[in-house]
Amino acid sequence: MNNMPINPLSCATEGAGGPTGTWRSHRPVIDTNQCTGCLMCWIWCPEGVIAKEDRAINYDYCKGCGLCAKECPAHAITMIKEADHE
Amino acid sequence: MNEAIKSVKLADMPDYELVKSGTGGCAGCPSPMGLRIVGKALGPNSIMVMTPSCAVASIGVMPKSCYDVPVLNVCFASAGASAAGVSMSLDAQLKSGELTGEKPTVFTWVGDGGTYDIGFQGISAAAERNDDFIHFCYNNEAYSNTGVQRSGATPKYATTTTTPAGKSAQKKNVPLLMLEQRVAYVATASLAYPQDFYRKVMKAKSIKGFKYIELHAPCGPGWKFASSDTVTLGRLAVKSGAWLLWEGEHGKLTLNTPTKPLAEGKMPLTELEDYLKAQGRFSHVMKSPQKDAVIDEMKAEIRREMDFMLGREKL
Repeated sequence: MNNMPINPLSCATEGAGGPTGTWRSHRPVIDTNQCTGCLMCWIWCPEGVIAKEDRAINYDYCKGCGLCAKECPAHAITMIKEADHE
Repeated sequence: MNEAIKSVKLADMPDYELVKSGTGGCAGCPSPMGLRIVGKALGPNSIMVMTPSCAVASIGVMPKSCYDVPVLNVCFASAGASAAGVSMSLDAQLKSGELTGEKPTVFTWVGDGGTYDIGFQGISAAAERNDDFIHFCYNNEAYSNTGVQRSGATPKYATTTTTPAGKSAQKKNVPLLMLEQRVAYVATASLAYPQDFYRKVMKAKSIKGFKYIELHAPCGPGWKFASSDTVTLGRLAVKSGAWLLWEGEHGKLTLNTPTKPLAEGKMPLTELEDYLKAQGRFSHVMKSPQKDAVIDEMKAEIRREMDFMLGREKL
């Protein structure tokens, strides 16, 4: 709390809503061989956790909504139960 | 000045992220999804004005914020007046030389409650004065932030916590009011068509004066569907005719694809039932003995609106 700013301004920071990756029950996993690079997952991800260049997913903040897996035209993304993930 | 702005490929859209990862919004929320596209179109030289909404509630906890541009949280009724004031003060500072360079784009990001009901007079007045800012209404068809109460944008028969047996009144048509107010630019958009939305935001940015863009924003917890279906529901709404895509400049209307071929009958409409049964808020209609009559009434309403817009386009 010592680092609180003295003026009433907030700074743009990742994780302003907390470590939202902990909300997830299923994680999206991309099969890079099937991925055609159409970027639909990149534009639609509500959290912007899918990288534009290589579609790497930032699991620290991915909420696991499953939208990318549902909308992927190449069906390259599957939702895997967190408990089954090693 | 207003040369035709062409559709942009996804790969050519900027990397800039207005929304930082890890917002407080629900999984699958349409608000950060839409704001990310707005940020890519407007860039970091922008000022955002917000009224109480989910988008404000999901901003995060002080001293963190998930939005990368200056944000003003103003009272519910004042989106139009506040944004107009910000825009005018920027004009005055540019004139006096206190501010140099390109004028930041002032825009509001307001829900349907802050546009259709509580904030309507301020927005209508700003439109009449032709103040220079973009008003975005992300329309999730209810007061979702406070627990899904009915709003002026809730469609007839939809259940909310204040209309448990289904809403009995028709929804308002605010974009049409803006079109008839002959504002500099007005458009409706859908999250299922991100390139169309991006092009409309770019176009609004290029025009000086009052711009109004309404984004159809399916809300999972409010409409009762899974978090993965936000885009699917948006697409079904457009393809069934429940949401029309169009744009207008100074009262001149243009219907966009796929609404135009759907309205002209050149493309078959998706069954409205597919759209309704995907949402829990219409489940009482689907189980009702009057189901067919209700769906026929909704379809007649869609047909009427399409015929009206086709006729309006000829003006």
